[in-house]
Amino acid sequence: MTQATDTHQEPTSRGNAPAREPVMEARGLIKTFGRVVGLDGVDLQLYPGEVLGIIGDNGAGKSTLIKALTGAVIPDQGQMFLEGMEVSFKRPQDAREAGIETVYQTLAVAPALDIASNLFLGREKRRAGPLGSWLRMLDVAGMRKEAGEQMAELGISTIQNMQQAVETLSGGQRQAVAVARAAAFGSKVVVLDEPTAALGVKESGLVLALIKQLKERGLPVILISHNMPHVFEVADRIHIQRLGRCATVITPESHSMSEAVAIMTGAVPADSPGHQRDGRDGPGSPGVPPGHEGQG
Amino acid sequence: MSTTIQAPATAAEEFEKRRHSPAERVHHILHSHPSISPALVLLAAAIVFTIVNDRFIRPSNLSLIMQQVAVVGTLAIGQTLIILTAGIDLSVGAVMVLCSLVIAKSAAERGVPAPLALILGLVVGILAGLLNGLLVTRVKLPPFIVTLGTLNVFLALGLLYSNGNSVQGSEMPGLLTWTGKTIKLGSFQITTGVILVLLIAAVVAFALGQTSWGRHVYAVGDDSEAARLAGISVQRVLLSVYVVAGLIFAITAWIQIGRAFSATPNAGADANLDSITAVVIGGTSLFGGRGTIVGTLLGALTVGVFRNGLALAGVDVLYQTLVVGILVIAAVSLDQWIRKVRS
Repeated sequence: MTQATDTHQEPTSRGNAPAREPVMEARGLIKTFGRVVGLDGVDLQLYPGEVLGIIGDNGAGKSTLIKALTGAVIPDQGQMFLEGMEVSFKRPQDAREAGIETVYQTLAVAPALDIASNLFLGREKRRAGPLGSWLRMLDVAGMRKEAGEQMAELGISTIQNMQQAVETLSGGQRQAVAVARAAAFGSKVVVLDEPTAALGVKESGLVLALIKQLKERGLPVILISHNMPHVFEVADRIHIQRLGRCATVITPESHSMSEAVAIMTGAVPADSPGHQRDGRDGPGSPGVPPGHEGQG
Repeated sequence: MSTTIQAPATAAEEFEKRRHSPAERVHHILHSHPSISPALVLLAAAIVFTIVNDRFIRPSNLSLIMQQVAVVGTLAIGQTLIILTAGIDLSVGAVMVLCSLVIAKSAAERGVPAPLALILGLVVGILAGLLNGLLVTRVKLPPFIVTLGTLNVFLALGLLYSNGNSVQGSEMPGLLTWTGKTIKLGSFQITTGVILVLLIAAVVAFALGQTSWGRHVYAVGDDSEAARLAGISVQRVLLSVYVVAGLIFAITAWIQIGRAFSATPNAGADANLDSITAVVIGGTSLFGGRGTIVGTLLGALTVGVFRNGLALAGVDVLYQTLVVGILVIAAVSLDQWIRKVRS
């Protein structure tokens, strides 16, 4: 908790590096469920154009953290900022309206609806003119065209027919549709909650390639995953969640997978709060190697 | 512990290759056009019945079939909306009967002006739908149980309101029996009720196919969790479906008064199962999320054509019922097969 207060000062003290202002930031998030502590003062920073991996053991508070960030859970305490403005989400819809899109592991698409309908589900476009305003008629052709463009832009060019029912697609392709939807509407942040958990190796490859595409487009991504190789493959920085708080933030360059697992499981007592400051260095820069911890 | 990224194309390409066996093709066509199978069944039946007895194809007979299926067809349109959301409505006939008694009694015996009596009937239908919808969405009871309960409630209310008596068409103002009026179209004799059915079908088909609301109805029935995660208010969509269905059942009451030239408390005894039969034969999935209004109309016509055609062929009434039963099972089996390829 004290270290949480510490980090409050961080962004403002770095006024000389405006490019590194976090897109999204959480400070001291606390959430308890009865006597169970889900989040115990979590800090998180997401910088522009980066892929932030979040890993942690079961019960470390990964899902609660992500639910808090996307409005599915309301934290008891703590603050959240989006582009420097304080935000508080009461419902997932609030987060979505603020520009945060979430992709869930459950392949959350409507199987019998076609690709275009799924991409625009809940945000359908109406026709221009009286057909749209009076009869509330959908712009089906326009949505198909835009869906095709969106899929092509993400390199999913093999799915040509936007009228294809999603259930005729493979698991990876379905998830690709969900990612494309998030990319189309997530103007600020895309959150991917275990997007590869239900997929095979090949299928996961499709989704990982998509994540890289999102990054190339400059869209910051939060990736929650159990799968170390996947996280190390695409993440710029990795937030390790342990016992309801952020144990440390590492990068794929600074730590190996086994070191990350060791921190995650508590085998290595690297959960000194000083490590969190690695995040300050921003994407791409090497993290502090193990053994370098300390309050500074 | 090492993974290499596959080219994003791989899975998709494999999928493209996979789809080409003949059975898969048939499956794909049926899958993307759910009203094809009922259309084929209807066409085949019409051809066979014409060969057996050429009276079948005469305009007078075809007109009769259309008039016969008008009531069940309209109920089936409302039923389709509910089944699309993976629900079921057993109270359709009871709602219709209650509405028809309210309309007929209030106009014939309580001196309510005919247009007002009709509006009163529509309000009762909407309220009945609202009650079903609230019990499903707020109390979270399964639609089967809710409508099994309200089926009896509405039937009892109808009997209480009418003291168990019917109202004859001759006692009613002309507007109420207007739906039974015949219009000559060449050698066809269509009732205004039949035209009303087609009108309702067109409006509902438009709403389902061309508006956001329609997409949301399909999405909620298909996978309500996915719909919720996409930001759709599932409860609101469900409630709207039950209310719209209630309104459709109330309009059916008007069509029923015209067709039977009376309002009777026991007119809709089998209407719930008949409407479900039409919906299912029309290719709508009982599991929700798949089906069309065109299919439902075809399904209602198919039932009418089989009953009529078998009667013309001199087959016993019991065999008609038997055939309809077999049709239902065949339709649901086909739906199972169509849905199977979900990986």
